[in-house]
Amino acid sequence: MELKEKMLASFMAFEEKIKDNEDLHEVRNHAIKNFENKGFPTKKEEAWKYTSLNAILKNDFSVFPKKDNAIEFKDVKKYFLHEIDTYKVVFIDGIFSSFLSSTTHEGLDVCLMSSALTKPKYKMVIDTYFNQIASKEESLTSLNTAFSLEGAYINIPKSKVVEKPIEIIYFSTGNEAALMVQPRNLVIVGENAHVQIVERHQSLNSNPVLTNSVTEIFAQKRAIVDYYKIQNDVQTANLIDNTYIAQKQESRVAVHTFSFGGNITRNNLNFYHQGERIDSTLKGITIIGDKQHVDHYTLVHHAQPNCESHQNYKTILDGQSTGVFNGKIYVEKEAQKTDAFQQNNNILIGDKATINAKPQLEIFADDVKCSHGCTIGQLDESAMFYMQQRGIPKKEAKALLMYAFTSEVTSSIKIPELKAKIARIIADKLGVKMGFDL
Amino acid sequence: MHKELVDVERVSLYKSKNMSKYTEDDLKVELENKEYEYGFYTDIESETFPAGLNEDIVRAISKKKNEPQWMTDWRLEAFRAWQQMEEPEWANVNYEKPDFQAVSYYSAPKKKDKYASLDEVDPELLETFKKLGISLDEQKKLAGVAMDIVVDSVSVATTFKKTLAEKGIIFMSISEAIQEHPELVKKYLGTVVPQKDNFYAALNSAVFSDGSFCYIPKGVRCPMELSTYFRINQGGTGQFERTLVIADEGSYVSYLEGCTAPSRDENQLHAAVVELIALDDAEIKYSTVQNWYPGNKEGKGGVFNFVTKRGLCEKNAKISWTQVETGSAVTWKYPSCVLKGDNSIGEFYSIAVTNNFQQADTGTKMIHLGKNTKSTIISKGISAGKSQNSYRGLVQIGARAENARNFSQCDSLLMGNNCGAHTFPYIESKNASAKIEHEATTSKIGEDQVFYCNQRGIPTEKAIALIVNGFSKEVLNKLPMEFAVEAQKLLEISLEGSVG
Repeated sequence: MELKEKMLASFMAFEEKIKDNEDLHEVRNHAIKNFENKGFPTKKEEAWKYTSLNAILKNDFSVFPKKDNAIEFKDVKKYFLHEIDTYKVVFIDGIFSSFLSSTTHEGLDVCLMSSALTKPKYKMVIDTYFNQIASKEESLTSLNTAFSLEGAYINIPKSKVVEKPIEIIYFSTGNEAALMVQPRNLVIVGENAHVQIVERHQSLNSNPVLTNSVTEIFAQKRAIVDYYKIQNDVQTANLIDNTYIAQKQESRVAVHTFSFGGNITRNNLNFYHQGERIDSTLKGITIIGDKQHVDHYTLVHHAQPNCESHQNYKTILDGQSTGVFNGKIYVEKEAQKTDAFQQNNNILIGDKATINAKPQLEIFADDVKCSHGCTIGQLDESAMFYMQQRGIPKKEAKALLMYAFTSEVTSSIKIPELKAKIARIIADKLGVKMGFDL
Repeated sequence: MHKELVDVERVSLYKSKNMSKYTEDDLKVELENKEYEYGFYTDIESETFPAGLNEDIVRAISKKKNEPQWMTDWRLEAFRAWQQMEEPEWANVNYEKPDFQAVSYYSAPKKKDKYASLDEVDPELLETFKKLGISLDEQKKLAGVAMDIVVDSVSVATTFKKTLAEKGIIFMSISEAIQEHPELVKKYLGTVVPQKDNFYAALNSAVFSDGSFCYIPKGVRCPMELSTYFRINQGGTGQFERTLVIADEGSYVSYLEGCTAPSRDENQLHAAVVELIALDDAEIKYSTVQNWYPGNKEGKGGVFNFVTKRGLCEKNAKISWTQVETGSAVTWKYPSCVLKGDNSIGEFYSIAVTNNFQQADTGTKMIHLGKNTKSTIISKGISAGKSQNSYRGLVQIGARAENARNFSQCDSLLMGNNCGAHTFPYIESKNASAKIEHEATTSKIGEDQVFYCNQRGIPTEKAIALIVNGFSKEVLNKLPMEFAVEAQKLLEISLEGSVG
């Protein structure tokens, strides 16, 4: 059975099983209809021109995993920011693991989407925020909405500065031959509140996994949100990450995406401005090799005056890997005095690596400062020569240059332990034993 | 010096005013009468086919032009492909789709015989040329420019053929070339833009009525700028011209193309195909000033300009496209270079100006296939009024294109907040040794810049013209001198009334 048909059939069973309020029932049915009409995206669609899902969709994914796949903390410790205390929301094969998690309801909510969707006390919040900013047109987002049940629910009240980072981790055990999971996260950050969130998807063996995740983030007035996505998965893991962010006036949201692995990774990152003097930051590092494929698809929708957006994506491609960058800045007529900047730098190391870039500007306001830059090139030979001349071996010299290349992105990581972790992963990717103690 | 300027003025595409004395005040007067200046309609007795398109019409066009069988077959093949194709929707333009069955596909000024000399030409036609500022009899005396003039698709006069013939250069209408040099046409026609390339190219291949053909033999440097002049005259006709330029090994040619159309209420269709072939070590410079009727202030009428232009570079060859696009209601145009040979070079310099309700979706494609190939893209978009201006470009580096190099720059200037500027660059690299740089900016004319000019006694309108000229300088500099002067004035006129 085609995956599409399977999803549609599973939806019936899924709807039977869960009991939530009528409104959600309608939302789900609406969403599945949209998916039914559009199906999985193909290369014929402009947004998916460079990424084909065909190969993955051939897998016979199981949609409802068996319950209770326990894992030992010591086996997965390295995937956490274990040096520091954090809130943790951990899922194993899409199912919440209370054993590995550390949630809270004291002063802020760090808990589960499933309880938020079903418990009456959250009804008002769900009605106000759930599926409000997520696309109702995009078929994969609709598919997630139809099956939305589990994920992280984070609600930070007004003026709360969350002192510990929040980690959201999805493990897949590989106990199923092929697994599809569709986590749904909702993050609401109140006025003047401040939060740091780290999200990670991790497979524990090489059975194929397809994750179609949707995250909605609402940043209220003057809220500060730092969101980090670590994508360093095994070669059989596929990730489609759909993130939608709504910002109110003077809020600052930064999303850092670190794509170091996985088979096909697609990041749809969308920012919508709903107030003045907003600051949005989108940064990313992609270091991949072999036949890996990473596709960044970003949108910053400037709808109000005096807002800023900064994008900076660095890509290093080795082997036969493919990198895609599709960044769009949309400036509406009302959004005067917009300052939008987008930069995408790529280094091709592998002879058979491919890069496809499409930085777009769509501008309808005249008093704006918008620019984009895109480069594709190699490592600076004179710098390589300089270092080798001074006794730095070629491999290390190369790694140093590449590390420097990515430092514009790593330098803005606000959690020191995370920064060190990313540096270690980069060193590992570049095949050197350097610490990059910076 | 004075002599030279006068000459320039004579070639001038839209005015036969004495340009050496042309001052900024003259410009002001001109701006005040800014109605589309070529809005006159010459009543030449035309021989026009009934509207509609089917195989019989295609055959009839071919027969009318007395074409050999292979040409008729070629057209029919294109027509059959066209029937299977759909009009592309991806461009960032909105317009009512033309009804292809309502267009007349052939319109030629009625003629007795071939014109042996200018005297035989319809005096009214000559009057048309005079209004355009290109009187033929004067043309002949002018140094450096030979023109193949196309009015409603049929070439009526070719000048300087003899001078060119001495060098072995063939410069004639494509219909003549089909008769006289079938071997060349057969060999190259459709090799760069195949019949089935796209919807409009297929349509053009099926029904093209005329166009220019140019062949520069090995090692010859064409001594003058070759020039073609297109003008849409008859109402309800489409202009489907086909240009084929072949520069043989080691040769050089500079080719100019200018376009205008009289005002018409209904939208006129223009679907041209230009093919350039630069063999080893050859160089082709192709410049266009396009000033088709853009429609009136309410966005009514205007020309639909759907053009396919592409050049093929063999080893060490160079093709350079320069375009100044100020006219047309809808423009859909991507002059491209296929850099097939090693060390070949492709260049694209463009200014696209849109005002009122104009829409332009234009850019280029640089396809790097050979080693050490280089390309440069400089695109300047200026949007005013309620217009939409898009740059759409592709830089593609093939797996075998070692050391390919590209530099692209797209700058947009917005005037007022009812217009839009868009950039859609596609960059695809399959080779690790490629170096690609792309940058784009969008801005408006700085208040400080205008203030600076005002302070020094330059009125705002002129300050804007000055700044726009500065903004476009990089591209204007690439135009042959006669065109540069022309283009500069066109820019000013197109943007009249959009600021202040």
